[in-house]
Amino acid sequence: MAIGNVRVEPAAARTGLRVRELLDHERFLGPAFVTPALLLLVLLVAYPFGMAVWFALTNSFIGRPGEFIGLQNFITLWSSDSFRQTFQNAFVFTSIAVVFKVVLGIALALLLNEQLWFKRMIRGAVLLPWVIPTALSTLGWWWMFNSLYSVVNWTGIAMGIMDPPGPNWLGQRYYAMAAVIVVNVWRGLPFFAITILAGLVSIPKELYEASEADGAGPTARFWHITLPLLKPVLAVVVLFSTIFTFSDFNIVYVLTQGGPINSTHLFATLSRQVGLESGQIGQGAAISLYLFPVLAMVVWVQLKFVRKHQY
Amino acid sequence: MAVKRQPLLRKVLLHAGLVPFLLFALFPFYHMTLTSLKTDSEMYDLAAVPLLIREGPTLQHYAYLLWETAFITWTKNSLMVTAIATSVSVVIGTIAAYALARLKFVGVGAFGTGIFVTYLVPTSLLFLPLAQVVHWLGLADSKWALVVTYPTFLVPFCTWLLMGYFRTVPKEVEECAMVDGATRLQALWRIVLPMAIPGLVCAVLFAFTLSWNEFIYALTFTSSSEEITASVGVTSELIRGDIYFWGALMAGAILGSVPIVILYVFFLDYYVSGLTAGAVK
Repeated sequence: MAIGNVRVEPAAARTGLRVRELLDHERFLGPAFVTPALLLLVLLVAYPFGMAVWFALTNSFIGRPGEFIGLQNFITLWSSDSFRQTFQNAFVFTSIAVVFKVVLGIALALLLNEQLWFKRMIRGAVLLPWVIPTALSTLGWWWMFNSLYSVVNWTGIAMGIMDPPGPNWLGQRYYAMAAVIVVNVWRGLPFFAITILAGLVSIPKELYEASEADGAGPTARFWHITLPLLKPVLAVVVLFSTIFTFSDFNIVYVLTQGGPINSTHLFATLSRQVGLESGQIGQGAAISLYLFPVLAMVVWVQLKFVRKHQY
Repeated sequence: MAVKRQPLLRKVLLHAGLVPFLLFALFPFYHMTLTSLKTDSEMYDLAAVPLLIREGPTLQHYAYLLWETAFITWTKNSLMVTAIATSVSVVIGTIAAYALARLKFVGVGAFGTGIFVTYLVPTSLLFLPLAQVVHWLGLADSKWALVVTYPTFLVPFCTWLLMGYFRTVPKEVEECAMVDGATRLQALWRIVLPMAIPGLVCAVLFAFTLSWNEFIYALTFTSSSEEITASVGVTSELIRGDIYFWGALMAGAILGSVPIVILYVFFLDYYVSGLTAGAVK
């Protein structure tokens, strides 16, 4: 983007030129301004990432330096039931949660895009789950899914939908996965709805008027105008959400601790359990690195397609 | 179009469609608040209706939380970590964003991409090696470990957010000031920053929220009761073995969210605009 105008005046570095004047030159001010951020990212992001890769290639335990064992950790992982289960969980959890967030997010955004009473308050209420600390709000869900006092089951039974005593949400594997997904959708839906709403607002009204004049009904307008024009926004939202759903930690850690029998473990929670609680930091790092391909793919798609025209 | 002739009916139907979404979003908070105000005997009464308080509200769980646990210390820790990490990150992010949005220098494109990539790196990818780094820095089990590590996700975030805002400030305004004899730094301080105040408010709010809500680093890098943050304290210290203090847990979850709720109520519009500007985590 901006590499053309270097080496115009090497004399600018001449002695006697005051720092202030130096700072007026873009090619000095620019690097000076990005240095703090750059240092931080190199020392506390890039370097730890390198360490994670190194750990993953060694048999390190906490407090004991390991030896290089090549890809042994990655191979051993595949013979472990808990890892294979986690691998499957991660894809099930991410795909179901993202699909629900997209569908419900579009529905909610369409509703919010209408003329509403108390518009600001409704928006505020809808966004609330997203701003509250997830670890704390998940405690509330934990209580709502309690095996004895679950308000979800109480309501279900009172409405005649469930047979008493109702499912033991966090104690049975599929129910536990469902519970974790519900909480993730609850917490992520506001982000989808508000971002998609911004996309809806930017669709020119004339398009709708024109198609209405051509006799297109609401359904046709949704499929032929709204959805195609929302595509760029949807792409960004889905990509971002995929990373953060895939790498989720808080919800599973608070709600199920990965249980029952690993049926809700995700890479982040398993990596913590193996790497810190059992102390096998090498293997823990190898597990967390499974997040990397997804991250790399999303970054690649973003840079290649979504932000093509920006940089 | 029959619907068009009945705008009121349509409007009522729209609101009815929103009810399930609002219930879904708000019910957990209602239930948490309610539970935190119930007496233990009513909370654990299987015959009672869980959606109401019958035996009168009680503040006993809040009293227990405030006087019998270290909740006040945890909150102070959260406030300190959040305040320092936010201020440092917004300053570093502001100058980096200005450089990316306005200045031409070698490597600006690569740096922009680097910021974008680190913005997407999830904290759960790096907590293991960072724990080691924290240990080397002599900050193991110290809240200062959080002050040092939180900027790793706050700075990319603030930079990204502010870059967008700086691009909306017309270049000409700044150039005019510089033609009139202001240096670039003066132009930045007197002209560009004041025009980008909404963006700065947004950056501060989001950085505050992100670091207040951060959990995995706090859980990993700190453990003693004097050093942990509110989220970690409430989720780990209120559970003793198999005994859960549900009332106090809910009270802690509510009180631990209060600072964010206060900011949220006053700055709702900033949250909405910041979210659509690319606030993601």
